Amino acid sequence: MSTLMQLILNSIIAGGIYALVAIGYTMVYGILKFLNFAHGDLAMVSAYLSFFFFRYLGVPFYISITFSIILLVFLGIIIEKIAYKPLRNASRLSCLITAIGVSIFLQSTVIIFFDARNRVFEKSTAQSLEFMGASITPLQVIIILVSITSMILLHFFIKRAKIGKAMRAVADNMTVASTVGIDVDQVISLVFAVGSGLAGVAGILIAWETNLNPTMGFFIGMKAFTAAVLGGIGSIRGAVVGAYFIGFAENFGVWFIPTGYKNAIAFVVLISILLIRPSGIFGMKREEEIKE
Amino acid sequence: MNYLFHIIILICIFSILSLTMNLVLGVTGLLNLGHIAFFGIGAYTSALLSLQGIPFLPSLLAGSVLAGVIAYLIGLPTLRLKGDYLAIATLGLSETFRSVLTNWVGLARGPQGLPGIPKPSIFSIEFSSLKAYLVLVLIFFFVTFIIMEILLRSPYGRVLEGIREDEVASQAMGKDTFRFKLNVLWFGSFFAGLAGSLYAHYVSFIDPSCISINQTIVILLMVILGGVRSNFGAVLGAVIIFCIPEVLRFWNLPGQVTGALKQIIFSVTLILLMLFREEGILGGRKSKIKRFEETDDVIND
Repeated sequence: MSTLMQLILNSIIAGGIYALVAIGYTMVYGILKFLNFAHGDLAMVSAYLSFFFFRYLGVPFYISITFSIILLVFLGIIIEKIAYKPLRNASRLSCLITAIGVSIFLQSTVIIFFDARNRVFEKSTAQSLEFMGASITPLQVIIILVSITSMILLHFFIKRAKIGKAMRAVADNMTVASTVGIDVDQVISLVFAVGSGLAGVAGILIAWETNLNPTMGFFIGMKAFTAAVLGGIGSIRGAVVGAYFIGFAENFGVWFIPTGYKNAIAFVVLISILLIRPSGIFGMKREEEIKE
Repeated sequence: MNYLFHIIILICIFSILSLTMNLVLGVTGLLNLGHIAFFGIGAYTSALLSLQGIPFLPSLLAGSVLAGVIAYLIGLPTLRLKGDYLAIATLGLSETFRSVLTNWVGLARGPQGLPGIPKPSIFSIEFSSLKAYLVLVLIFFFVTFIIMEILLRSPYGRVLEGIREDEVASQAMGKDTFRFKLNVLWFGSFFAGLAGSLYAHYVSFIDPSCISINQTIVILLMVILGGVRSNFGAVLGAVIIFCIPEVLRFWNLPGQVTGALKQIIFSVTLILLMLFREEGILGGRKSKIKRFEETDDVIND
């Protein structure tokens, strides 16, 4: 019983973190129709930024988190302006290759400054709490709360705020949106800002919960991407559901197979969905857009 | 001098990879990010067989054939996916394969890798010296180059270019495009397996890190930098990519910084190429890669 409860808790924690990254993936895809391969690496950069402020400069913890998230929002906007905006009319493959380049660039830059070792943010000394026979640290409670709060805020932002509605309009049809006076460039910048900010939150949560590694971004990115595809790419609700599914699949998967394969579980799920139901659970997209 | 031979051998081996990547990506327009996995299949199969005492040529052939067969089986479901989804699916397969190699210690010693792969010998001729190996590798390189060049200039190659430019139009011309793509995939992977086998027997040690995503980027860059759709371009790309680290050597930086700096140069080059010269250095013949997707959208709207 306690093992089962523990697995469920771990799945919820992992799912929440993946969801934050997956939302950014799915929002960018919804509007620009390309896979922002570098999105997971943004989470990695934010983890290292907060690590740098906190451990090297001795900035108080909450201030260093705030700083790194703000910096990450700007980084997201700058990357979009420099690397993706000139390619707005290019093919999707060119965009994908550029995004892969950005991903490797971010990863190598971090290796130059911090080298490739595993880093640990801070050894948690807090007493873990008991919850229905499973143990959970206060930090993990914070992770669950932060991820769920961010998702709820985002939901209302997109459904209610004027600029949120503009986002949906641009995602629906960019040309028509611009003819009714929506500033498409501004909306795209905002999407990158929100997506990067959420990825930033996720990166810090992961760094805090486990450790930091320059390649972590690739794996977070692939899992988040799988979540986004599983839920139906372009759908935020789908990305969240997909992320929790990946969280559960991973944590329950290692019950049956060796832990070393944990990262491969997401890939297997990804390939299976692409082949069986590429439009995902909540996918509105017609299958022809994905399959030939 | 020996050092120069060493670099030329590596350039030849990786040119075989970039030539076949050019066939798959440049000519046919399939962004296969799992090409390095077939290199790995060739390397591991050939290494494992040689370590069991099987002679070089049968091991090499077994590695290449297995890479081709697996590519065929993988292609059957995945080639039905479109552009970027195919890219991610093949990348996922490649990473899964690496994960299996790392974790299944019983298969090939996991992360410790396979040491002591014997130098090849064909009909009692030993290829143990650098010069001898250079000759062997050059033969394979030229054969691959000539095959690719013939293929690219043949009517078959023109169908492949047609598939890249407009798949629907090629279908309308009565071409079974899926069959063509599948053939390209297994054929290219066969040679990737061959390159892997040559690599394994040359360096005599392989581990799962030789099929990491960074290697995929390197091959991708070789093709795109040298010139998409041009076989000379693919070779030029391999030469340039192998010369960059040699220039960095003069600075005497610590090893890890050099490695990361190399990756930064690669990634920035890749981004700049996509922004300013999509067709690469020698690929100036036609300047559109898959632009037809846009026109499709306009029609659908």
